[in-house]
Amino acid sequence: MKITDELLDYIGILARLHISDEEREKTKQEINKIVEYMDILNELDTTNIEAMSHAFPVRNVFREDIVQPSVNREDIILNAANKKEGCFKVPKAVE
Amino acid sequence: MEFETVLGLEVHTELATDTKIFCSCSTEFGGEPNTHVCEVCSGMPGTLPVLNKQVVEFAIRTGLATNCEITRYNKFDRKNYFYPDLPKAYQVSQLYLPICQNGHIDIEVNGVKKSIRIKEIHMEEDAGKLIHDPWDDCTLVDYNRCGVPLLEIVSEPDFSNGEEVIAYLTKLKAILQYTGVSDCKMEQGSLRADVNLSVKPVGSKELGTRTEMKNINSFKAIARAIEGERARQIELIKEGKKVIQETRRWDDNKGASYAMRSKENAQDYRYFPEPDLVPIEIDDEWIEKVRQSLPELPEAKKARYLSEYKLPEYDVDIITGSKDLVKIFEQAYEVCQNAKEVSNWIMGEVLRLASETSTLPEDISFDAKNLGKLILLVKNGVVNRNTAKEVFEKMFSDNVEPEQYIEQHNLKMVNDDSAVKEVVSKVIESNPDSIEQFKQGNEKVNKFLMGQCMKQLKGKANPAVVTKILDEELSKLK
Amino acid sequence: MDIFQLSALELGKKIKSKEIGVVEATKAVLENIEKKEPEYHCYVTVCKKEALKQAEEVQKKIDSGEYQSPLAGVPAGVKDNMCTKGMQTSCSSRMLETFKPVYTATAVQKLQNVGAVILGKTNMDEFAMGSTSETSYFGITKNPWNTEHVPGGSSGGSAAAVAAKEAFYTLGSDTGGSIRQPASYCGITGLKPTYGTVSRYGLIAYASSLDQIGPMAKNVEDVTEIYKTIAGHDNKDSTSVNHPSPSFTLCEDMKGKKIGIPIEFFGEGIDADVKEAIYKAAKVYESLGAEVEEISMPTIKYAIPAYYIAACAEASSNLSRYDGIKYGHCAEKYDDLVDLYYQSRSEGFGSEVKKRILIGAFVLSSGYYDAYYNKALQVKALIKQSYDDAFGKYDFLLTPTAPTTAPKIGESFKDTLKMYLSDICTVSVNLAGLPGLVVPCGLDKTGLPIGLQLIGKAFNEETLLNAGFAFQKATDFHTVSPETIAK
Repeated sequence: MKITDELLDYIGILARLHISDEEREKTKQEINKIVEYMDILNELDTTNIEAMSHAFPVRNVFREDIVQPSVNREDIILNAANKKEGCFKVPKAVE
Repeated sequence: MEFETVLGLEVHTELATDTKIFCSCSTEFGGEPNTHVCEVCSGMPGTLPVLNKQVVEFAIRTGLATNCEITRYNKFDRKNYFYPDLPKAYQVSQLYLPICQNGHIDIEVNGVKKSIRIKEIHMEEDAGKLIHDPWDDCTLVDYNRCGVPLLEIVSEPDFSNGEEVIAYLTKLKAILQYTGVSDCKMEQGSLRADVNLSVKPVGSKELGTRTEMKNINSFKAIARAIEGERARQIELIKEGKKVIQETRRWDDNKGASYAMRSKENAQDYRYFPEPDLVPIEIDDEWIEKVRQSLPELPEAKKARYLSEYKLPEYDVDIITGSKDLVKIFEQAYEVCQNAKEVSNWIMGEVLRLASETSTLPEDISFDAKNLGKLILLVKNGVVNRNTAKEVFEKMFSDNVEPEQYIEQHNLKMVNDDSAVKEVVSKVIESNPDSIEQFKQGNEKVNKFLMGQCMKQLKGKANPAVVTKILDEELSKLK
Repeated sequence: MDIFQLSALELGKKIKSKEIGVVEATKAVLENIEKKEPEYHCYVTVCKKEALKQAEEVQKKIDSGEYQSPLAGVPAGVKDNMCTKGMQTSCSSRMLETFKPVYTATAVQKLQNVGAVILGKTNMDEFAMGSTSETSYFGITKNPWNTEHVPGGSSGGSAAAVAAKEAFYTLGSDTGGSIRQPASYCGITGLKPTYGTVSRYGLIAYASSLDQIGPMAKNVEDVTEIYKTIAGHDNKDSTSVNHPSPSFTLCEDMKGKKIGIPIEFFGEGIDADVKEAIYKAAKVYESLGAEVEEISMPTIKYAIPAYYIAACAEASSNLSRYDGIKYGHCAEKYDDLVDLYYQSRSEGFGSEVKKRILIGAFVLSSGYYDAYYNKALQVKALIKQSYDDAFGKYDFLLTPTAPTTAPKIGESFKDTLKMYLSDICTVSVNLAGLPGLVVPCGLDKTGLPIGLQLIGKAFNEETLLNAGFAFQKATDFHTVSPETIAK
């Protein structure tokens, strides 16, 4: 697999990251080298092997439907750079 | 060229749990912005989700009520995208193994029965609310709704027109309400639908390109959106243009849909299994337990009302279509044991007053047992039907108790013959002209005299009794 | 008395017997920190005032009998990716430079509940991504054994702080070796517990299915006590296993124990000194009555690609929440909402983090998911299987922790892939969710420490800790420190 400029741009959009012109070649090369290396997994036959997202069979972890106090609003927005009237403030997102 | 429409529906319903899906914050609607929020639902670094068991129960209930298979081993996945209403920048949802699959809901439109297949039902979390701030021309973000549990109910593209969609939604809404899964308050966004629509020439096997219209929140708007989008697509095809696969927003005020900005909207959600949650295993025992706890569902109820109470199908459809009307029906019936009367009152006065006062069925607040009592009071001749309607208006608006109210306002029918006789005599005495005419054989004055009597009796007398006594007194004059 | 010669438990004992006061001990460490920080830079934040205040309170509660733990009053450091209420928690990233959590991580809270004095937050690779601690936005940490070398990573600050006596013990986190490898490089003892044993609540996620908090200290006894304190079920972490909290007494008996040495851990690039030290350690176990055998685990070499795919994928999702809106770095100039995301993220993250996010976005993206992410999870299953097979025969496995001792500062980033490949000894343990213990087992020719890694069965930390205890009873590598070498 080869990461082309187009593909790099595409994943940059998905990740919301700018790749500056200076970093571009280096980033592309490094990612390519790593992705190429990842391709050695193709040596392994994994037909009929179930993908394992958890190493241990923990199942059915639930919480009862009982209300607990929420966190103070001041604390919720404490770390926000822009806030107004108890809300997070962002550039216009709704028409 | 004639076209036919192919429609599919994705319905989102907010569940009637007390707490959010992954944290213990309240799901209560309203409240000051960001006051029903904690470190988990606001996506603070280091926080982890823990699943609310009630959400799973509600999902199983809904699956059973819509004839689905319950997925014995199901998991959550992350759907990744950036938007300010989604604090973690991923929505925890179910893509690969949704909790319910392969169900159906049967509908009937204009006497034609049809089965709408349900592809799947999955659990997920709701997003926050964005508020436009005109002063700063910016957007304010409130996370109170963030993490409220949702079920997404995905149908197959089995609808061919808006009427079918509305019939399906009506039925689905009734099921969700009956099972206590959701209050389905569309105006609060607890029931919303996305419509997938494509058109194709009649008879063509090939499906057209479909568009999706998101988050339409009233039945009427859905019907209009379907009609509008259908017309738009047909127009495009007729002009030789292509329908583009895209997400559109229906503006119900303008009666038109708009393509949503797609510049940064690559529809690549990079789903993967949510590593912070463990799989859910549902065994037969659990499913049986939920099945046992299910109430009688709309379809079964309808069949029973038809066979047991012999009510008109139209009335039964209306009543069983709403959990709240059913509640009124059943409570009133329990008191008076007269299904026909209760049904008539609901179809007549209850719905009339609800419509006049723009009251939704769920907001009707009178004690339905009192309607049963009122019906008995009419039956036992304590009040007449007209008075009963007046009393009911008071019950509807102020939840008054009918017996007390009738007593306090002296509305009982006068069943005492001597009292009626007294009034009749007075009327005869004070209307000598009419009596003269009567004596001359003008029978028409009877009606006038009768009206005078009733007026004096303030409508509280049984008209049959008044007629009888008036006739007796008049005949003495002959 | 030089209190820095004491282990955490020894200090705890002296505090209990009132030979040393908590404030006195805390002051001594803070002074040492002040003295050594300019050289080593183990900490991102030192909370001097808070630590002294805590020390006073802890002393009172020890005096009143409320605190009974052998760790009560012992000053400790916490890796800067664990949330501490009101105390800056930066993950060594510009992104979280000013971030103050509104709650405390469960593992840290558990320490505080028994009277730990938290000195501050230790330096690390940015968002725990790295194996040298060079990616920290706040500057690199230096290896106290030789300041031209890295301390390892990502818990480099936690490891160096113990080695430099800037804390009696620390908490680290381990996603692909981030406790074990720096423990090895800094000549200390470190444990990565079984996945699910220590709550991840409040640990700022790198790769959720692999992250695990664990103790780093001078010896196995300290590590065992800290492990017992922080382990246990937490209902705020769904992946936390509902097992009874560990309670066992260390036992050095190695007679009849079966130990496997997987030869794949000694592949290309292994340093001769490291290999020799590990095989010498095997001899120690033999001398204690254990049986040692070489075994082969051919799937191990696939652990690195599988690990980087899984870890980057999860990281790309976990780190999407840093958007400049709710917390963290917010760009000053931006055109609109989308630009706010781009600017804040591009400014806030360092290049290694960005690279891993990009790789993660790629392996999850439409069309590549099956070939990469799903494949990696399948390989994960195979690796777990090969460990299960090995544990059918052996009580634990004995391996190097890294192919080499600590590299020189600046060396590793010349070739990122090579750096990733050096994680060969550690990452498979995370993929299989197993516990791994690292104990010092010698020095190389240049005087840098070598760590021995013991890998155990899931939820069987006891066997590992006993084995480490036995080794430390039989050897004195763990008592050697940078100062003793200098002398």
